[in-house]
Amino acid sequence: MSDRMPERLAVRKTYKLFIGGAFPRSESGRSYVVTDAKGRFTANASQASRKDARDAVAATRKAFPGWSGRTPYNRGQILYRIAEMLEGRRDQFVGELRRAGASKGDAADEVDAAVDRWVWYAGWADKLAAVTGAANPVSGPYFNFSAPEPTGVVAVLAPDSPLLGLVSVVAPVIVSGNTCVVVASEPAPLPSITLAEVLATSDLPGGVVNVLTGRRAEIAPWLASHMDVNALDLTGAAAEDVRALESDAAGNLKRVFRGAETGWTADPGTARMTAFLETKTVWHPMGV
Amino acid sequence: MVFEYAPAPESSAVVDIRASYGLFIDGEFVDGHGEPFKSINPADESVLADVARADESDVDRAVKAARTAYDTVWGPMPGRERAKYLYRIARLVQERSRELAVLESIDNGKPIRESRDVDVPLVAAWFFYYAGWADKLAHAGFGPDPRPVGVAGQVIPWNFPLLMLAWKIAPALACGNTVVLKPAETTPLTALLFADICRQADLPPGVVNIVTGAGDTGRALVAHDGIDKVAFTGSTEVGREIARVLAGTGRRLTLELGGKAANIVYEDAALDQAVEGIVNGIFFNQGHVCCAGSRLLVQESVAEEVLERLKARMATLRVGDPLDKNTDIGAINSAEQLAKIRELSAAGEAEGATAWSPPCELPARGFWFAPTVFTDVAQSHRIAREEIFGPVLSVLTFRTPDEAVTKANNTPYGLSAGIWTEKGAQILWTAQRLRAGVVWANTFNKFDPAAPFGGYKESGFGREGGRHGLEGYLSV
Amino acid sequence: MSTTIRFVRTARFGDAGEVSTETLNGAAELRAFLRGLPGVDRVGAEERAARLASRSIKTTAKAEAIDLAISMVDLTTLEGADTPGKVRALCAKAARPDPSDGTVPKVAAVCVYSDLVDVAVRALAGTGIGVASVATSFPSGRAPLEAKLADTRAAVAAGAAEIDMVIDRGAFLAGDLGKVFDEITAVKEACGTAHLKVILETGELATLDNVRRASWLAMRAGADFIKTSTGKVSPAATLPVTLVMLEAVRDYRAATGRQVGVKPAGGIRTTKDAVRYLVLVNETAGPDWLTPEWFRLGASSLLNDLLMQRRKLSTGVYSGPDYFTLD
Repeated sequence: MSDRMPERLAVRKTYKLFIGGAFPRSESGRSYVVTDAKGRFTANASQASRKDARDAVAATRKAFPGWSGRTPYNRGQILYRIAEMLEGRRDQFVGELRRAGASKGDAADEVDAAVDRWVWYAGWADKLAAVTGAANPVSGPYFNFSAPEPTGVVAVLAPDSPLLGLVSVVAPVIVSGNTCVVVASEPAPLPSITLAEVLATSDLPGGVVNVLTGRRAEIAPWLASHMDVNALDLTGAAAEDVRALESDAAGNLKRVFRGAETGWTADPGTARMTAFLETKTVWHPMGV
Repeated sequence: MVFEYAPAPESSAVVDIRASYGLFIDGEFVDGHGEPFKSINPADESVLADVARADESDVDRAVKAARTAYDTVWGPMPGRERAKYLYRIARLVQERSRELAVLESIDNGKPIRESRDVDVPLVAAWFFYYAGWADKLAHAGFGPDPRPVGVAGQVIPWNFPLLMLAWKIAPALACGNTVVLKPAETTPLTALLFADICRQADLPPGVVNIVTGAGDTGRALVAHDGIDKVAFTGSTEVGREIARVLAGTGRRLTLELGGKAANIVYEDAALDQAVEGIVNGIFFNQGHVCCAGSRLLVQESVAEEVLERLKARMATLRVGDPLDKNTDIGAINSAEQLAKIRELSAAGEAEGATAWSPPCELPARGFWFAPTVFTDVAQSHRIAREEIFGPVLSVLTFRTPDEAVTKANNTPYGLSAGIWTEKGAQILWTAQRLRAGVVWANTFNKFDPAAPFGGYKESGFGREGGRHGLEGYLSV
Repeated sequence: MSTTIRFVRTARFGDAGEVSTETLNGAAELRAFLRGLPGVDRVGAEERAARLASRSIKTTAKAEAIDLAISMVDLTTLEGADTPGKVRALCAKAARPDPSDGTVPKVAAVCVYSDLVDVAVRALAGTGIGVASVATSFPSGRAPLEAKLADTRAAVAAGAAEIDMVIDRGAFLAGDLGKVFDEITAVKEACGTAHLKVILETGELATLDNVRRASWLAMRAGADFIKTSTGKVSPAATLPVTLVMLEAVRDYRAATGRQVGVKPAGGIRTTKDAVRYLVLVNETAGPDWLTPEWFRLGASSLLNDLLMQRRKLSTGVYSGPDYFTLD
């Protein structure tokens, strides 16, 4: 305790959830303590409940037709806009990552890499179909093509890399038109909510990305078993939970992606995008 | 005058069905350790052959043979050599096409016209197509040096026994994998004939292994530790079960499951071709087609006219002897399937829908179901929601394109859909909104090895056909 | 522009089956009606035709089909070099296709140019075989209407029971449907009691949509038969074209109650071809059309192949062309 009054008391941020473009508290009224690297209190994060997960899925589904109906060019512009907004809040994120234990240099590098990752994925929006689609030379008088389409509602268990890892799992999901519920890193959830503030100010329609903070092991099974979730990214799942989550996911045959949680600075490749794509093949006769 | 077509049976002398069949493991036919089962001709219920039943030990032996072949021969073999084996197989299928078609019709019940003109030519095409990929995988967009997955366990259904075998084996082998394949219990014979083709092709022992049996054999195969990848075509229920078995194992899985496809007919459709498309959509292969157009969504303004034409057309369908070259609709594959079709049809009538079938005389023996169309169907009826997998069409109406798309998508399935309209912009608008993996516009039930096929939602995941079909068999 | 055309009433507009002379201010309406017909998807139509062509017609069915086909033949000679002698020879063949076998049915009609009608009529007297005459400046149809009508009247006066006219394809393709309609009605009037077959020359109409529209146009103008081709343009009769025309007569009867016949002509040379057409009729328009009254095959060399196949069925051995007369 200081023995004199501070010059000015800082205004702290209340970390809430991000659902449907709004920042509600958990309906459960619960929160949990987030500490810094030295174990000191940093903030209370919302501890999302299964009902929050349910509400988030509903918001995600609601956003899907609109977002997937945007032109790829438009989605690319919005992802690029996210990069712009993130760049503008660079110092804030550096500070937040440092409070979570990163060195000054590492924090700065991670924010830079996160911005660059949005830029990388932004450019993919209008190229995915060229790379993964095809004109199929069928044996008959038919025009036949295959085009990628977003799978739908994706539930993402984000890794513990609080910003770069988070961006690296969210961007490839939404760039193709999917919408997602992301469960943030449990020990380091705060950057996810700050990132949500970036998303909320980037022309990204509400509900395209929904962020839940809380206990992964509590929320994940509800998402894995949810019949209106089309796919599941288990990147941040604990190894011992994978079997049960994959088994839950079989209920409605979710597409399950289990990417490695290492090497966020490496070239991301296309696997995280193609994992959440469907291929639609369309036939039409040619004749007069 | 009445123009009666005299019987025109395809001769079955071309096939030589043995009294009993073993398992095909490591290039040899061997006995199984389970109780043999009988494969019967669904058109007359006669017993065709005793077929070996593989138990866990047999499956284990097959998987080990596949592993050895993978490690020592097929995995290390250059792609261009694998390609030549597959080309050989394609040619052998063409050379023995009559035999394969007749046997398929006898064992499955499908009309010879279809096995001869659709199934078997597509089988040859599938091998020919994937043969060409075997030495070009580095150019397929999966990285500079894509590797095979290893040993694939493949379980296929009874509706297109040989064609589904080709869909599974051709890409797997092209990518350098070896396989253990389990054909369906009711239709094992063409797979066993295919084993003979593998021998004629001098395919190294163990590259293709065929284990016959029922659900237990399939379960033993997909659960086997030595399998790196499972590919399954069949019901959504079993697909779910397999996904649960594989949960947490890290083994690869592709599933091609059920469907309840909407076939949307807009008022400006080319009606005669639309009617053909409806007929082809639901009565092709007795409706034993996962992508069958089993829900007709017709715009209310032309519903009456379309139904009138459809019924007139249905009256010309010839139901009967699968080996008669003029048969349009053959036998239902099994007593079990017939019971399921009957049960759902009864449910349709009980729920208030109206059934109609053309007058047609069904043979006294065997499993038969007359082509049937249900009107007065509501979206909530079981016959509008559940896969019947038989020659039964449910008709619903819509008023606007939005309503058509909404109704079409209102199902847990998402395998295929049809669109009939002469307006190009409306086709593309509709196709874009349908949540289905294959959209046939102004045609239906077309298949080609160059065209990816597979479902959205509970119709499964992964694609078969085309460049996309390689992905499930490569470590990417 | 207000072409006034006479209009066949259909069930859509009035009493079923009446061929009325109701006058409508009609080119525009006719055009709207024809454009309002359902489209034809060529690939689908070809697939359907090909599938029906794969029907296997054997043994007793084949024997019946061959005799039926013979009885539907419009035995035709339409050459610049036609002479009375050639026509008389053809007529003899028509009445007794196989002199060695009296069970062979006679053909439906003999089809000749209008100036040879009288020769054919005399040659066929007492046989019950009608004479059909091409008319209206066959095959191009490029002549003034008066010339076409004179051609028609001359043929009828000489005793033709059937007139095979050609439509003005130029007018059709230029969109002048009223002119095409008016010509048909004028020729129909000139025919008197003779039956009118209207040749669409589908090879020049090019699309199956045009085939369907031209079929309806001809039927509404009063055609008793619609016919594919002159035989002078390639492609002549094809299975998909005939399929579309059979659908048209089927639908027209359903709408109006009036039955119209169909005649594919040109390029039908083998028994296999002929049987395929019969299957097409059987499964498209239906058995009501499976008589010479409602379906004809315009052909010349076809007849001998039918005879040859017929003899194979009766003797069990393959025959050869030297055993059938070339007339």
